[in-house]
Amino acid sequence: MSGLAITAPRERVDRLGLLLTTVGAAALIGLPFVVFKSNRIVPGEPRALHEVLPLWGALGLQFVLLGNAAVALGVADARRRLVAALAGIVVLALAVAAAANALTPPGNKVVRIAPGGASWVLLLCLGLMATDAITRMRPRPLVRVLLLVLTLAIAGAALSRGTFDNLSVMREYAVNAGRFPGEFRRHVWLAGGSLIAALIVGLPLGVLCHRVPRLRPPVLGTLNVIQTIPAIALFGILMAPLGALAARLPAAAALGIRGIGAAPAVVALFLYSLLPMVADTVIGLRRVSQAAVEAALGMGMTGSQVLSRIELPLALPVILTGIRVVLVQNIGMVTIAALIGGGGLGTFVFQGIGQNAIDLVLLGAIPIVALAFSASVLLDALIETLERSGSASPGAAS
Amino acid sequence: MIRVEKLTKRYDATTVVDDVSFEVERNSITVVVGTSGSGKSTLLRMINRLVEPSSGRVLLDGADTRSEPAHLLRRRIGYVIQGNGLFPHRTVAENVATVPRLLGWPDERIQARVTELLEIFQLDPALYAGVLPHQLSGGQQQRVGVARALAAEPAVLLMDEPFGALDPIIRAKAQEDLLAIQRRFGTTVVLVTHDMDEAFHLGHSIAVMSEGRLLQYDRPATLLTQPADSFVARMTGLSDRALKLLALTSAGDAVLPGESEGPRVASSASLREVLSELLWRRADSALVLGEDGAPRGQLTVAAILARAHP
Repeated sequence: MSGLAITAPRERVDRLGLLLTTVGAAALIGLPFVVFKSNRIVPGEPRALHEVLPLWGALGLQFVLLGNAAVALGVADARRRLVAALAGIVVLALAVAAAANALTPPGNKVVRIAPGGASWVLLLCLGLMATDAITRMRPRPLVRVLLLVLTLAIAGAALSRGTFDNLSVMREYAVNAGRFPGEFRRHVWLAGGSLIAALIVGLPLGVLCHRVPRLRPPVLGTLNVIQTIPAIALFGILMAPLGALAARLPAAAALGIRGIGAAPAVVALFLYSLLPMVADTVIGLRRVSQAAVEAALGMGMTGSQVLSRIELPLALPVILTGIRVVLVQNIGMVTIAALIGGGGLGTFVFQGIGQNAIDLVLLGAIPIVALAFSASVLLDALIETLERSGSASPGAAS
Repeated sequence: MIRVEKLTKRYDATTVVDDVSFEVERNSITVVVGTSGSGKSTLLRMINRLVEPSSGRVLLDGADTRSEPAHLLRRRIGYVIQGNGLFPHRTVAENVATVPRLLGWPDERIQARVTELLEIFQLDPALYAGVLPHQLSGGQQQRVGVARALAAEPAVLLMDEPFGALDPIIRAKAQEDLLAIQRRFGTTVVLVTHDMDEAFHLGHSIAVMSEGRLLQYDRPATLLTQPADSFVARMTGLSDRALKLLALTSAGDAVLPGESEGPRVASSASLREVLSELLWRRADSALVLGEDGAPRGQLTVAAILARAHP
């Protein structure tokens, strides 16, 4: 591979490319390509690339990966790097799927074939190469969203066509197919619901803290303390009061409020969400040009007109940053809600841990990562669009 | 027009504005001048009730300004601040339309008014109506700020150090614009500045403030010839008070009958400018021309010098 690097004599070798190539090559040589288990429980047996794919397939994949290494090391153009990385990911995924198909005896639903260390490391390297290329391209927000949609569409099409059906994660999906959509929706609902609750309470609280500076230290201090309570402890703390509430008020119980389940999970997530919501609202409002606020008041806007027409629109990008933090944080933290019967994708994660079935853990974890990543890309694009439209451009000096 | 009666503002123990009374004539420019911390801005902000007085009152056309809600009062009074305070997320046209929109004018009237104002302020509506403030130069932003303040045709315009952030050349242009606008609309202007030259250039009347107190409120010439105390005298500038006095009189007002072979000067030029021209050309007299270009008479160095003292 060092020979390939010399093809770009005057340019220095791309450092990230060098790292990714080294790590990827080491993984391909030293780690199994897939792991074979004759059933779900037994320890896996490592299988190397040449053991699972026909010769032309193994050589073909290695050829594509070599090409990727050459691009990573010697090509500076970000677009070509992105195309190469994406092509590499697709070929790698297809190779893993082909390996799973080859290793699965026809009609056998008991064997489990999972991607091995080499596949994961290569996926990580190619993923990093792609993200790095996208960062270098600085695409417009709309382009980033389109890239996300395209990626999700391709992944969705492959999944619905059954391309990966013989992989262990999809085997676990097939077993849990009845429960998966419900838990997925529940996960989104728990994360989104607590965000909306935090928005309804946090936004006015942030405005209040901005208007009454004396309130700021106690409010932010309290929310800070809440942040330091571990999630499990907070669930425990909430169980007693919510349980008591349900026991006293039948109406509350009828609404689904109980000591365990979704209620303490949503309340805990809501409490965690308040700090970023309130803090970012305060920061956003403080960043608004004082000259603009003074001029608005001086021209006869009422206090609420100044807030709705000047302060909130100008603070919006920062407030959206808070919403982004909260949403991504919640999507991850909802996972723990499964521990107290709150449901969501965490159910699969904890079942998988309990059964020592890593594939079941992945069935929960991969959609969680995809959800958090998508939410982050979408909100980032929204924030940048607003900033480009001039909302966040600083006012003239006052 | 505007009557300020015994206006006082205290914050806890400090008195920022101390028992200030004066009256602003209709269709005039009154400049409030003072060092920083003299209370001049607070005084201005009490006129449109951005600051509520501790005691005293302000009468606008004879009516106490507290007889209506503060935000309704402010919609009738133009307000320009240093750094212009344009809304960075609104276009130039939207900025200018702010008060007419608050007043609920019909769209066509707002549109027509915005176009008219942008043209008056030499901002081609086709080019500038749709751009955001940060795309404008400092001088253009300042003009939009003034246009916005005048949008709802207020009888009174309050300006708080409106030209403070501009460089000298743009500032001179902005001052000329203000004088032209004031003549055109007959707006009553109250302007706050710390720049004595600006005060003499713009003000029909000047109020000198120090430590919250109004030291003197007079015509510019009176301020020079009869300063109320040594502070006012120092503020107005002892070293060049003779030249300042000459700057306050135009050639047209001082012209004497007769002919002159000397340089020709416009009757709108100040005596200071005429004197400077005569000294530069080593001439004894100048021919003063009217606005139509016809000779109106002459001015001699001696006649000008005779006006350079009380």
